Amino acid sequence: MFGDVPGFLRTILEGASTTLAVTAGGIVFATVMSFVAGLAMLAPARSVRAVSRIYVEVWRGTSEIVQLFWIFLALPILVGIQLVPLWAGILVIGLNGGAYGAEIVRGAVQAVPRAQREGAVALNLSPFDRMRRVVLPQALVDMVPPFNNLFIQLLKGSALVSLVFLQDLTFQAQAVVLPTNTDQALTILTLLLLVYLALSIVITAAMRFLERWAAALVGRQPSTRSREVALSGGAA
Amino acid sequence: MNDKWSWDYVAEILPDLLRGLLVTVQATALGAILAYALGLVLALLRRSQIPVLSQLTWAFIEVIRSTPLLVHIYFVFNVLPQFGITLSPLTSGVLAIGVHYACYTAEVYRAGIDGVPRGQWEACTALSLPRGRVWTAVILPQAIPRVLPALGNYTISMYKEVPLMFAIGVLDIVGRAQEAASESFRAVEPYTIAGLFFLALSYPAGVLVRRLERRVGYAQ
Repeated sequence: MFGDVPGFLRTILEGASTTLAVTAGGIVFATVMSFVAGLAMLAPARSVRAVSRIYVEVWRGTSEIVQLFWIFLALPILVGIQLVPLWAGILVIGLNGGAYGAEIVRGAVQAVPRAQREGAVALNLSPFDRMRRVVLPQALVDMVPPFNNLFIQLLKGSALVSLVFLQDLTFQAQAVVLPTNTDQALTILTLLLLVYLALSIVITAAMRFLERWAAALVGRQPSTRSREVALSGGAA
Repeated sequence: MNDKWSWDYVAEILPDLLRGLLVTVQATALGAILAYALGLVLALLRRSQIPVLSQLTWAFIEVIRSTPLLVHIYFVFNVLPQFGITLSPLTSGVLAIGVHYACYTAEVYRAGIDGVPRGQWEACTALSLPRGRVWTAVILPQAIPRVLPALGNYTISMYKEVPLMFAIGVLDIVGRAQEAASESFRAVEPYTIAGLFFLALSYPAGVLVRRLERRVGYAQ
């Protein structure tokens, strides 16, 4: 009744390296973009703020799947550069995630109490040291839970690359295993869901560790809530 | 630039893309209604003290939130026919996105319900209101207004994720854009216009939600 579970699982897992590469690459790239754009939104120069605001609004306002097709199909025509599919996937996942992450960074930095900043000024720290030694270490603790949600969002978004024929987990299940075993759809797709579930549990465990570490650095206890659901900024 | 962007071609594909936009908006609206309603049911089940059921609801919410919507769409589309239920691609897609987002709205409702002050519950007990009246007359009327902005945000997210349904053959904006691009071998115009459609609706919607957020904030 359940079909050839080990065989199905083996074929699906052949896509694991692609999913891991796109997710891990996307996480690294999105984190970098989040900090660059998030801090740029707080920059004194108006033009810098405007540029990062435009980046955030455009990448959050358009659909991720449209961005993917645009980078894959339209960009090569416009610029004449054909990116390696894997890198194009990482680029889209990273730029999209960065636009959401920028708001996390901006929000967390702004939430650091004013007195901390004033104290740093009183100690005659340079603006750079104020950010690096006083504001960011405290903001970092608040950033970890929302970044956890974002990274799971990126993992889920990585399934989109199957639509441009990158052979990730979803592609393996949907385009390789399923067509020859249509009567086993329940087993195959349940296995696929379990693999994604396992990956997201790994991400959450890593982020819990990171949160405890970041909290210990500034002498705080980490929050006990596992997943923050902000009533306002729910859109992911 | 001219050989890369043709306005004539844009005019030619625009009617089809607008038809696709209509499908996207329709699917978003239907999916959102499902997500609002089912989300509330899930939130109440999770809060309920019914032993196995509330844990199962929790597990369901966590699994759905941790796995890709695209896989859920494939799941509904491929697994239901195994049990003799054959749905159109659009219906399958709406069902998948509705259930997927219900797991997010369930958490929103939960946070909203938890935000109702304890005193309100105690007053209900003091007045010995029946359980049903407690929810419909006291708790939900206070919880729902403050969750509206978050529901709005999720509706915008849904709008941007509906195009995933093109993977099972729904002709929404992205489906139409792909059709146009493969017929003419011109990809720049259809996908750029599709992106602009998304921006044109989701950006103003986001501004409205932010305004609603401020108003609800004052009301409290």
